[in-house]
Amino acid sequence: MSDITRRNFLKLGGGVAAGTASLVSGNLFGAEPAVTAGRTTLPYPRQLVGKAPALRPGTPVSFTYPDADSPCAIIKTGQPVPGGVGPDKDIVAYSTLCTHMGCPVSYDDKARTFKCPCHFSIFDPEMEGQMVDGQATENLPRIVLEYNDKDGSVTAVAVEGLIYGRQANVL
Amino acid sequence: MSKFTDRIPLPPTDAHKTNMTCHFCIVGCGYHVYKWPANREGGRAPHENALGLDFRKQLPALQTILTPAMVNRIRDRDGNDYNIMIVPDKQCRVNQGLSSTRGGQMASVMYTAGDMPGEMRLKYPMLFAADDWVEVDWNRALQLYAGVTKRILDKHGPDALMFNLFDHGGAGGGFENTWGTGKLIFSGLQTKMVRIHNRPAYNSECHATRDMGIGELNNSYEDAEVADVIFSIGANAYETQTNYFLAHWVPNLSGANVAKKKKWFPNETVERGKVIFVDPRRSLTVSVAEQVAGKDNVLHLAIQPGTDTALFNGLLTYVVEKGWHNKAFIKAHTKGFDAALKANKLSLTACSKITGISVADLKKAADWAYKPKASGHPPRTMHGYEKGIIWGNDNYRIQSALVDLVLATQNVGRRGTGVVRMGGHQEGYTRPPYPGPRPAPFIDQEIIKGKGRMLTVWACNAFQTTLNAQAYRNAVYRRADIVRQAMARARGGSTENLIDAIVEAVDKRGGLFVVDIDLYKVKFSDAAHLLLPATHPGEMNLTSMNGERRMRLSERFMDPPGVARPDCLIAADIANELKRLYEKDGNSKMAKRFEGFNWKTEEDAFNDGFRMAGKKKIDSQGGPTGDLATYTRLRAMGTNGVQLPIKEYKNDKLIGTEMLYTDSKFSTADGKAHFLPSPWNGLPATVEREKKKYKFWINNGRTNHIWQTAYHDRYIAFRRNRFPMSPMEMNPEDAKKLGVTSGDIVEVFNDFGSTFAMAYLEPDIRAGQAFMMFGYDNGVVGDVVTNWTDRNVVPYYKGTWANIRRVGNMEAYKQTVSFKRRRFL
Repeated sequence: MSDITRRNFLKLGGGVAAGTASLVSGNLFGAEPAVTAGRTTLPYPRQLVGKAPALRPGTPVSFTYPDADSPCAIIKTGQPVPGGVGPDKDIVAYSTLCTHMGCPVSYDDKARTFKCPCHFSIFDPEMEGQMVDGQATENLPRIVLEYNDKDGSVTAVAVEGLIYGRQANVL
Repeated sequence: MSKFTDRIPLPPTDAHKTNMTCHFCIVGCGYHVYKWPANREGGRAPHENALGLDFRKQLPALQTILTPAMVNRIRDRDGNDYNIMIVPDKQCRVNQGLSSTRGGQMASVMYTAGDMPGEMRLKYPMLFAADDWVEVDWNRALQLYAGVTKRILDKHGPDALMFNLFDHGGAGGGFENTWGTGKLIFSGLQTKMVRIHNRPAYNSECHATRDMGIGELNNSYEDAEVADVIFSIGANAYETQTNYFLAHWVPNLSGANVAKKKKWFPNETVERGKVIFVDPRRSLTVSVAEQVAGKDNVLHLAIQPGTDTALFNGLLTYVVEKGWHNKAFIKAHTKGFDAALKANKLSLTACSKITGISVADLKKAADWAYKPKASGHPPRTMHGYEKGIIWGNDNYRIQSALVDLVLATQNVGRRGTGVVRMGGHQEGYTRPPYPGPRPAPFIDQEIIKGKGRMLTVWACNAFQTTLNAQAYRNAVYRRADIVRQAMARARGGSTENLIDAIVEAVDKRGGLFVVDIDLYKVKFSDAAHLLLPATHPGEMNLTSMNGERRMRLSERFMDPPGVARPDCLIAADIANELKRLYEKDGNSKMAKRFEGFNWKTEEDAFNDGFRMAGKKKIDSQGGPTGDLATYTRLRAMGTNGVQLPIKEYKNDKLIGTEMLYTDSKFSTADGKAHFLPSPWNGLPATVEREKKKYKFWINNGRTNHIWQTAYHDRYIAFRRNRFPMSPMEMNPEDAKKLGVTSGDIVEVFNDFGSTFAMAYLEPDIRAGQAFMMFGYDNGVVGDVVTNWTDRNVVPYYKGTWANIRRVGNMEAYKQTVSFKRRRFL
């Protein structure tokens, strides 16, 4: 993964978010996920991922969501894309575990795709994680983001698509 | 399609578990099916679910493949809902736990009412009445089918009954179904007017290699693991034989198998495998192979289209000049070497001029594949070929030239070698001998000429897959419409009255009565009058074999939709109805031809055909020892099955054959392999004319995402959203000149027809060439394929030249389809 490290993420002022993530992956919900009558969605945490102005086009930044065991990347694509948030509608985020067998996908800034080294699947972050080619049966899970135009913050609120290696996205 | 998105149900520990071989490509990956009542779920702890995995925490990479596409909810005829999960089997030697994007979605394509693609399945026999489809019961459908058939057969003989017929394994095929249909059509009806699967006559795509004494599936996937060189000719394994490539080629090309090679061949020089690709296009497989093997171990020979014969002849001439051929083997086990060498003689300079491959690269290929190794041993070179030459310029001749080269260097019958077709779908052929001549009649042309009175289209779809497709479709539509009009006029009558109307239309007005037997209403159904609903694996027990002749039993685990029936039992129903009609006539001679269909299950068909090949005159891929295979024994052999032919049944196991011809006794009367002279012959005149007239070579083939005619895939959002229309890879500079950008719709046209495609710019495509997806429902490349075939009526699908023009912009495609590069760089 080009220059994405957890440290980079923290530099963006994601300390609070990291704290939230670790809380969730701890025992907030205990051994079993909360069973909540009256809702059909999983209890995803809200987690601050970063600030829009700090994102540079074409340079993904890693974070974890909805817990510390689920690596993700947020990327400002530089042009409006489906599902994009932020002032330019170009900020998107994805799980970086390949949906085929869970190998870490890395961002190729020349091809502008996420690529998996294990079985050569390719995903397009500018087209909702669409599998460009490869052996997965699902697109890359998309992290649903909310943008706050008052402070430029970007918050992860849910995941669309099943993260590799899980029965449910919330452990 | 799966209803589950961000969570999936887990099978409880007591979930019903059965074996399933993938429905789709030749590789035949092994899967397990879990089925359990929908009101129950397994727990996340490893002892609480049938997978034995711990879902209380994140699973590490490569531990499993388990996606929403692998689960579904079905309802059996007992009215109960069940969850199903279909996951790859790690213990299967074929795929070793891997799934491809096609096989990985099997659960998604199993029937669910009210959901895609299940909702589109044919559930009942359907009759085109007046101006629309109506459902009819099996009795009426069979009375109609058999009634029209009998009237035509009695008056005009069997040649008036034409068939477009599947021949393969996997979904829509299998030993049970090829036998059931073959027995009906060849023994009962005795017609020779049959076209096969994807080509316009009842022929083989491998006549040449068979004539030379070498069956086309002669090694094991393991041989690719230990080959010194893999010579891939007109094949694109990553996209079309995915897990053969990933599980067996990759470990060799990455160097991971050197220790294994040392063990197998202790006195030989062994190192990381190398790969040579012959392909005018830089395919996805070339780019992936470079990642795995390093560019130094990959040689891509970007050959001029249609010149493969010259390539092999040049290499043969060079190899013999160098003395790298195996003289002892040639003398002891072959015939006709000298004549072939003389006929095929071509200097490397001439070869280079024809093929466009530099002399240096030709020499490099020969050095890699045929020059003795440091230890003095000849290299073990596996030659794998597919549509690039099968559907290339003169199938019979190219294949002869290739096998001549292979025989001269004895790259067959030794482990790590083999000259094999890579394959498309699985195999599963057991039929009475074809009653016609060779070459067999060109059925499409017969239909176009107005011949034939009834056409049954059985689990194939020539509207999307044949050559000269536009002319063919036009003829079928025109002739079928005559019958539709006649049927519309037959109001209020009995089935007998309807039969009268149909027979009158086909006898006196040039009509064609069309029956389509399939899983779905497909493009061909647009011309049909009667549709009969069939089943696929999972809804029936079915046996097939893969590209290394590995036979497995896919077990039935659910009910088919509506009243759909296995093809073999539909064939039996038709035969039994014909028998009844002839008995009613008192015609015992004809009634006798339709005897022996007293089958209750598909296993009865299996026992009657595959297992009887040693006792009756039957062409079977199982050979005379097929009787050793029983459903019980195959079930016990699980996803690994047995490689045909079966040698024996011993210690509760079926023992098979890993490699053919290890004793150098070949499949000819004299046991010798026969060289076939095959001099370079240029392009056929028809193709040469098109080439001169039109600007672009329209290469065509498969993509990773789409299986065959997209019969399931066109209803799966993941696939359809990717390719709403046939993509056509184009060189960006060519596109610029035409004002075309990715996502534009283009027209492709020549003297034979016109079709449409979605432009997809790709820098690896050479100027003056384009690559269009084959066989799709939206954009049929066959419309611009010439009507030229080789001596055995095998088409030259790849010999297509056409012009391209921009039709317009499709904004929706540009907003939903990724046009990023498909090649892994």
